[in-house]
Amino acid sequence: MPKNPNVKKVLVIGSGPIVIGQAAEFDYAGTQACRSLKEEGIEVVLVNSNPATIMTDKEIADKVYIEPLTLKVLEQIIEKEKPDSVLPTLGGQAGLNLGMELAESGFLDSHHVALLGTTAKTIKKAEDRLEFKETMEKIGEPCAASLVVENIEDGVSFAKKIGYPVVLRPAYTLGGSGGGIAHNQTELEDILANGLRLSRVGQVLVERCIAGWKEIEYEVMRDSAGNCITVCNMENIDPVGVHTGDSIVVAPSQTLSDKEYQMLRSSALNIISELEITGGCNVQFALHPTSFEYCVIEVNPRVSRSSALASKATGYPIAKVAAKIALGYTLDEIKNAITGKTYASFEPTLDYCVVKLPRLPFDKFITAKRTLTTQMKATGEVMSICTNFEGALMKAIRSLEQHVDCLQSYDFSALGVEELKDRLKIVDDQRIYVIAEALRKGMDYDTIHEITMIDYWFIDKLAILVEMEQALMEGPLTIELLKEAKRIEFPDNVIARLTKKTEEEIKKLRYENGITAAFKMVDTCAAEFEASTPYYYSCFGSECEAVKTDQKKKVLVLGSGPIRIGQGIEFDYCSVHATWAFSKAGYETIIINNNPETVSTDFDIADKLYFEPLTPEDVENIVNIEKPDGAVVQFGGQTAIKLTESLMKMGVPILGTKAEDVDAAEDRELFDRILEETQIPRAAGGTVYTAEEAKEVANRLGYPVLVRPSYVLGGQGMQIAISDEEIEEFMEIINRIAQDHPILVDKYLQGKELEVDAVCDGNDILIPGIMEHIERTGVHSGDSISVYPAHTISDKVKETIGEYTRRLAKALHVKGLINIQFIAVGEEVYVIEVNPRSSRTVPYISKVTGIPIVDLATEVIIGKTIRELGYEPGLQPEADYVAIKMPVFSFEKIRGAEISLGPEMKSTGECLGIAKTFNEALYKAFLGAGIDLPRYKQMIITVKDADKGEAVEIGRRFEKLGYTIYATRSTAAVLKDAGVKARKVNKIQQESPTVMDLILGHKIDLVIDTPTQGRDKSRDGFLIRRTAIETGVNCITAMDTARALVTSLENAEKQEDLTLVDIAEIATR
Amino acid sequence: MKAFLLLEDGTVFEGTHIGADKEIISEIVFNTSMAGYLEVLTDPSYAGQAVCMTYPLIGNYGVCMDDCESVKPWVDGFIVRELSRISSNFREDVTIQEYLEKNGITGIAGIDTRALTKILREKGTMNGMITTNEYDTIEEVLPRLKAYTTGKVVEKVSCENKYEIKGASSLEENGALSGSASFCREAYERGEREKKPSLVKELNGKGKKVALLDLGAKRNIAASLAARGCDVTVYPAWTTAEEILQDAPDGIMLSNGPGDPKECVEIIAQIKKLYASDVPIFAICLGHQLMALATGADTHKLKYGHRGGNHPVKDLETGRVYISSQNHGYVVDTDGMDKEVAVPAFINVNDGTNEGLSYIGKNIFTVQFHPECCPGPQDSGYLFDRFITMMKSCGMKSCEAQAGQNDEEGK
Repeated sequence: MPKNPNVKKVLVIGSGPIVIGQAAEFDYAGTQACRSLKEEGIEVVLVNSNPATIMTDKEIADKVYIEPLTLKVLEQIIEKEKPDSVLPTLGGQAGLNLGMELAESGFLDSHHVALLGTTAKTIKKAEDRLEFKETMEKIGEPCAASLVVENIEDGVSFAKKIGYPVVLRPAYTLGGSGGGIAHNQTELEDILANGLRLSRVGQVLVERCIAGWKEIEYEVMRDSAGNCITVCNMENIDPVGVHTGDSIVVAPSQTLSDKEYQMLRSSALNIISELEITGGCNVQFALHPTSFEYCVIEVNPRVSRSSALASKATGYPIAKVAAKIALGYTLDEIKNAITGKTYASFEPTLDYCVVKLPRLPFDKFITAKRTLTTQMKATGEVMSICTNFEGALMKAIRSLEQHVDCLQSYDFSALGVEELKDRLKIVDDQRIYVIAEALRKGMDYDTIHEITMIDYWFIDKLAILVEMEQALMEGPLTIELLKEAKRIEFPDNVIARLTKKTEEEIKKLRYENGITAAFKMVDTCAAEFEASTPYYYSCFGSECEAVKTDQKKKVLVLGSGPIRIGQGIEFDYCSVHATWAFSKAGYETIIINNNPETVSTDFDIADKLYFEPLTPEDVENIVNIEKPDGAVVQFGGQTAIKLTESLMKMGVPILGTKAEDVDAAEDRELFDRILEETQIPRAAGGTVYTAEEAKEVANRLGYPVLVRPSYVLGGQGMQIAISDEEIEEFMEIINRIAQDHPILVDKYLQGKELEVDAVCDGNDILIPGIMEHIERTGVHSGDSISVYPAHTISDKVKETIGEYTRRLAKALHVKGLINIQFIAVGEEVYVIEVNPRSSRTVPYISKVTGIPIVDLATEVIIGKTIRELGYEPGLQPEADYVAIKMPVFSFEKIRGAEISLGPEMKSTGECLGIAKTFNEALYKAFLGAGIDLPRYKQMIITVKDADKGEAVEIGRRFEKLGYTIYATRSTAAVLKDAGVKARKVNKIQQESPTVMDLILGHKIDLVIDTPTQGRDKSRDGFLIRRTAIETGVNCITAMDTARALVTSLENAEKQEDLTLVDIAEIATR
Repeated sequence: MKAFLLLEDGTVFEGTHIGADKEIISEIVFNTSMAGYLEVLTDPSYAGQAVCMTYPLIGNYGVCMDDCESVKPWVDGFIVRELSRISSNFREDVTIQEYLEKNGITGIAGIDTRALTKILREKGTMNGMITTNEYDTIEEVLPRLKAYTTGKVVEKVSCENKYEIKGASSLEENGALSGSASFCREAYERGEREKKPSLVKELNGKGKKVALLDLGAKRNIAASLAARGCDVTVYPAWTTAEEILQDAPDGIMLSNGPGDPKECVEIIAQIKKLYASDVPIFAICLGHQLMALATGADTHKLKYGHRGGNHPVKDLETGRVYISSQNHGYVVDTDGMDKEVAVPAFINVNDGTNEGLSYIGKNIFTVQFHPECCPGPQDSGYLFDRFITMMKSCGMKSCEAQAGQNDEEGK
């Protein structure tokens, strides 16, 4: 069926801010889909509240609205833009839900707008638990049997019917408390009685237990003519019980015979045919490990994280094809862009093995539970490709950038066999390392399998890696052994460590014996057809398919690896834009990255894509073949910056700012010298290695002080210390990971935090604008609400910032981007931090000012001057719009994580509010972040003593808005004294009703809870904050944020319709 | 032990020896299925060929004898990148290593199978040798490599005597319907083998007698018919048309098989007679090619064949595309075909080659791909139902015709 001629203008809904479970993959999918639509001559209107995305670029869509993703906003956009269709299946669950709301409310029909792709009816069938179950029953596809019971008898008789073990989930209890797994009737009666008592509604769900079954996924495509294909299947190494986003996943499945493979494939096709899905879909199965019994866990009727992974794993562009299907094309009409010969109606076949590892945020949330459950916790992931499983796993491990490079990286050698058995019962991110230790201690496969339910095949693969460690340790290192170690991707540094040689020696031995990496192509067809897209992975002991090209100048763009807190999607934005800019300037571009969720690893972004770990050795393998004319590291965040030195050793020129200047900005002493020369003040401080030194410096400066490691992003490990004890505690935490660089101790200044991103051509600078943080210093810049243009500082401060930026950029010989953070205390400006590279705010400032700074920086790196590029150097005139960047957190996903804001970054994403006035922009920003008040007009205030004065002012304003304020004893007293009506509420240990009861009673809109200075040791505050987050109550931990919120609410009362801002128009201004 | 793969074009791959210890010369082909190596090994269509699996990890789930597509493996040699050290599957009987050794199949592991595949793709299918002997020069063996032909292999792989397979008398006989299998701990602990799940939901072929001409048939062809209730009689490849027709089957099934279809001169002659008989015929793969040759069309060898489980075929009648299991090196020429005799019913979406024919004025349809799957997608299993429907409607017609005749006679 050809393209539907009625589709001319499409509204694409994005997924909003990055949160755990909904990350960069939707930028990738959305961008690919928008490009695919534009290719067809369709006018694309895009809405997404996330400014850090590539999809919100004017190059990607014709009209770009960075507006809150609410029903009302969407309706307004539809009324304004009058699209003929809406495409909701590319924006994750958020986009899908909005599309559904638009359809169900009748708005789409009344405005004659069609829902493209999968219909609303289908989405409902797939998403509604009951309807889904009924549909599955109708076509004979099994779901895990379950029943809601209100008494023990019903529970017992149902369990008898479905067989033990059964899972019990009480309805409406916090974090699933009161649930459990019952293996027999006694256990069932016990747990069920407790669960029924704990449940607020007296209901418990009894469900067939499928924990421990194999978890298998299929990515499926279907067109409107009913043609179906499966793009890929994937097997989770972690059996059912761990969210697939947190599991180690391998593609294709390894332990299924053709019979199981085809049985589940047919089932997946049956399901999407019955659901009449048009586009992409993900089907998850649980397969009994010793039977053909299976059940359908879930269906996602849209592109998903898994589909992004499947796309990168196979080379099949799911989002692109889904967009074409939405326009009416059938699979056999869509060309396979990788081969250029075959069509989308075929199934990719792999001749390699793909492993995905989750990037978990436990290094950020050290108090959080590391256990993995059905609630996803990973912020990102890495993927690796190799011709064998062991190699793919080893490559994935070192891609994580978590100080791990082999199965010895977490040391469990102190545990005995029995302790290891107990440790194996804990399902967390370290499980494979524990298995490795168990194997070293001689534990048999049966025991490991019985405890973990991980398939024997995978256990054996881990054993092969452990045996190699042992062989290398025992020696001698023969050429054959070295070859085998490289075949399974032991990096040189690990081989060196195990053989007690140097890395250089290993490398030399390899080169002398011709043991070098070869590159193979990902071509969707296992070499059956010639491929035209150069997408490579490395392996050892094979013929190399990558050929050095040298018609053009060649640049290596280093990506930013997995998405983690502090290094998010923004850096991918920068890498992609730099790649495009180099390409436009006539360069051949090469991207190295290992993140399957991103746009940068899409097959047609750079001229060549190498899907590889970002370690010196892996990069050198590519350099040896490609011999690039230069590498650019300033766009790939800390991941790329860290490779600078190694690249120089390989003889690759660093384009833009020189490595020694990057060092000068990070090295405390060098930097102090520069500040002295340029006469720029900064907070006093010193560099230390030990706790003793740190305490000495702190006492000299006077508390409070900031303690942080150098060379990190996102303030990792940064803390405000108020005492010697805290210094000791923080230094211990920082030094748990061996530090290559000294630790910084600075005097903590309280003032307004300001930030600039600038382009410097070596002579002139261009500052698109100054951003001001709403929160005082002490809150990480990434977690602060950021306002452009800076609205409360004097012109003199602005001038000073401009001048300091110019001086610093010149002194550091910056060529390209520089990011500087300042503190203004009164009219005095101090420098906090200088980063001669791209930053988190680059996409945001580019979009709101219309100045494409990554493109400009790239041109500058190539040799153009700012003037030549048509810009007048200096601080640019302020835009007509106020743009406010609001951080977004995922605290509810990470149990046990401390949510209070501090110098260490905790947000996972951001959204933007843009408007003509500050108030409207702020309102939009809060709305975009999902803070939609009021519901009950009831709130709780409990603040530390220092904040009580401000609490009065804020409390009064909330009171005026009609809020009932509850407060703990001392806060309540202060409020009452000042004439603010506050109801006193008991602390947790006191008698009911307590603060907790209020929160759990679901009658509270907002909690303002500022923790005591430093690390909050009181479990009370922590519990209150956690409970609030886990029950979906907004919780604010900084007074400045609270003030901003109340301002926004005051304004919301007056606010009528929001004014829509088309970013594409700003850009062409 | 070291092993070598020597190709006709002079390329030498060095790897590790697997399986039985012997030297073989064979035609080297590649298969792109990611699972189903056992079904590939035991597919008689591979007789005279050595198969390279493009998926690099083979043997992961061992060998389950229930999944064999014939009594033994027919490939001459097996070429893989890596043979799994252990195998893991609840139905596993033996490891792949044991299976290869026991059945006298030699092979080579540890070679760059992708490099080999690219050679075959670029230069076309060629002959090769798998050996553990270290020859001084490849020139020594090249003449022997060049001289090799698969020859007439159908007779080798066909059954020796006619035999019968009773159709299922109830759906339960087929094993649990796919999706309704349930784990029984007691049975598992007793070591009882769970039956493969079945996709068949209706015994629509009950009472129908099908004659299956075994040209190297995969087991699942007969099994697919029997599961639908058909009684299947399997005939050796050299059976005459008269013998088959004498048994008065309701339909005739021509199976898949190995080798160059044009070598099957005698069989083609018999098929001509079957064509003339008016008995409904459904043919797969070699059967499809032979029927085309029998009715005046031509066949030619593809550069490197279609072998894998991901080939899209389009049903020209409905426009629907199905992913199919394929294994063929030859294809029917449709260019010079007489449109009065047959028209294309399926084409390959990738390269546009013919994938099926519909015979004008006859109850005959044939396909190049494998609706019986094993290994590969089960999407086109509906064709067996189409065949059954054809037998039924034809049966009705002949009844009517007979009834009509009786009426005539009665007058």
